[in-house]
Amino acid sequence: MAAKTKADAIPVVVVDDVHITYKVFSSGRRATRAAAGGGLFSRKIGLREVHAIKGVSFTIYEGESVGIIGSNGSGKSSLMRAIAGLTPVSKGAIYSSARPTLLGVAAVMLPNLSGEKNIILGGLALGFDRKQIEADVDKITEFAGIQEFIDLPMRTYSSGMSARLRFSIAASRDHEILIVDEALAVGDQEFRQRSEARMREMRDRAGSLFLVSHSMQSILDTCNRVIWIEKGELIMDGDPQTVVAAYNKHTGATSND
Amino acid sequence: MRRKARLFEMSLADYAREHGLKRVGARPAFLDYLGQAWGRRDFAYTLAKFTNEAANAKNRLGRWWVILLPTVQAMVYGLIFGVLMARDRPENFIPFLFTGVFLFTFISGSATQGATALTSNTGLVRSLAFPRVLLPVSAVIRQFLNTLPQIGLLLITLLVFQQGITWKWLLLIPVIALMSLFNLGIAMIMARIASQVQDINKLLPFVIRILFYTSGIFFSMDRLLKDHPSILAVLKFNPIYDYVELARGLLVQGYEATAFLWLTSAGWAILAAVIGVFFFWKAEERYGRED
Repeated sequence: MAAKTKADAIPVVVVDDVHITYKVFSSGRRATRAAAGGGLFSRKIGLREVHAIKGVSFTIYEGESVGIIGSNGSGKSSLMRAIAGLTPVSKGAIYSSARPTLLGVAAVMLPNLSGEKNIILGGLALGFDRKQIEADVDKITEFAGIQEFIDLPMRTYSSGMSARLRFSIAASRDHEILIVDEALAVGDQEFRQRSEARMREMRDRAGSLFLVSHSMQSILDTCNRVIWIEKGELIMDGDPQTVVAAYNKHTGATSND
Repeated sequence: MRRKARLFEMSLADYAREHGLKRVGARPAFLDYLGQAWGRRDFAYTLAKFTNEAANAKNRLGRWWVILLPTVQAMVYGLIFGVLMARDRPENFIPFLFTGVFLFTFISGSATQGATALTSNTGLVRSLAFPRVLLPVSAVIRQFLNTLPQIGLLLITLLVFQQGITWKWLLLIPVIALMSLFNLGIAMIMARIASQVQDINKLLPFVIRILFYTSGIFFSMDRLLKDHPSILAVLKFNPIYDYVELARGLLVQGYEATAFLWLTSAGWAILAAVIGVFFFWKAEERYGRED
């Protein structure tokens, strides 16, 4: 099955019939007494297999910024983590021209360390030069707008503050492929606009962008292609207006926020 | 025209390969992997330093605990084994005991920290892509940094009890280097096992306890088992015993660092490091899985 590919465009990410399954230990028992029933020995500890992505294929070309939409638990984040190489696929494969950088809602990197130390460690882990990182610290702090709190442990940050810092770290450099997974959902209006502007700037410099968001307005403002995923399957892939309209019709939403 | 026609028959995998795309998350070749890890060694060191600072910041006495804890530990053992086992005490007991306890802590700490290196840093593993081997390496560096003040304390104790410095103390440096190599291997092996079977963390304390009792940390194995040469031979086939015995040979009066001990110590170090790196690298693609 050869999925459609464009002849003259340069591909940066190829997702080829990808399946993602998680094996999770489940207690096999509901937590509420009424639903559970039975005694100590009656429960079955089971290895449950969750099929998060069921055979998705698409190709992303240079300069595209792709919005990923779908309801909660549809597999969007799993797919993004797989594209970033952080979750292994169980079948199929993902190819890319450069190592994609994922900016996710995942917990803080090291909660007991200050924001500044997290900036330094994050940069070192990505292989940047120490001097270069130290020179960038102030710029990153300023973009995030958390100068007063930069020496406090990150566990004391509000979710909005740590999201801002994480975005600023990632956005301090141009990435060939950047994946932003709902990381801006907790930011305030002002920061959202600032970060969307930064994403557009990166896209225009021939970087490719994936944006997972539940805000259709953000998607329409930033993306020039939208992929809709539902229950691990690709429902629709096309230009933003059409896909978002179809998605809104499906969910019954009347506005784009 | 022909090229275009072929394009539609090609599988996506071939298409990707033709455009020079690489498979995401693929495990790099062994030497490339080592190269990438070496290029980011600063990360391993900085992580160790920061983690230590953060761990100490929560206590009032802060980093003094690095010295206080082993001192209290050594005093407790000195009290228990020194008083209760007064008759069977090995020669030069306090230097003998301190050398044993501090060096054992370096090894057991590396194993314990190595086992949690991946599982306690899931935030890092899930948000950044870097050679995962840096995490167990960082755990050993952290342990090494904590061992340095303990060795200082040990040397002061030696001065007090033995009244004299010999040039042999310098040979402690290669011993620590060999131990570090050995610890790196152990930490990597433990990190991979624990990332796949978390249950191992429940058993590890018992294994360490058993090793503590069988490696001759607070008693002389030669003396205790002098009537059972076969059991003694089996128990001596133990890298921890080799390292501790070697260090005692250099530091404690009345003990000897034989060439055989040097040889076995080096052998264990190289063996553990080589197996550890290879074993860890083999599963590189699977770390950070949420299962």
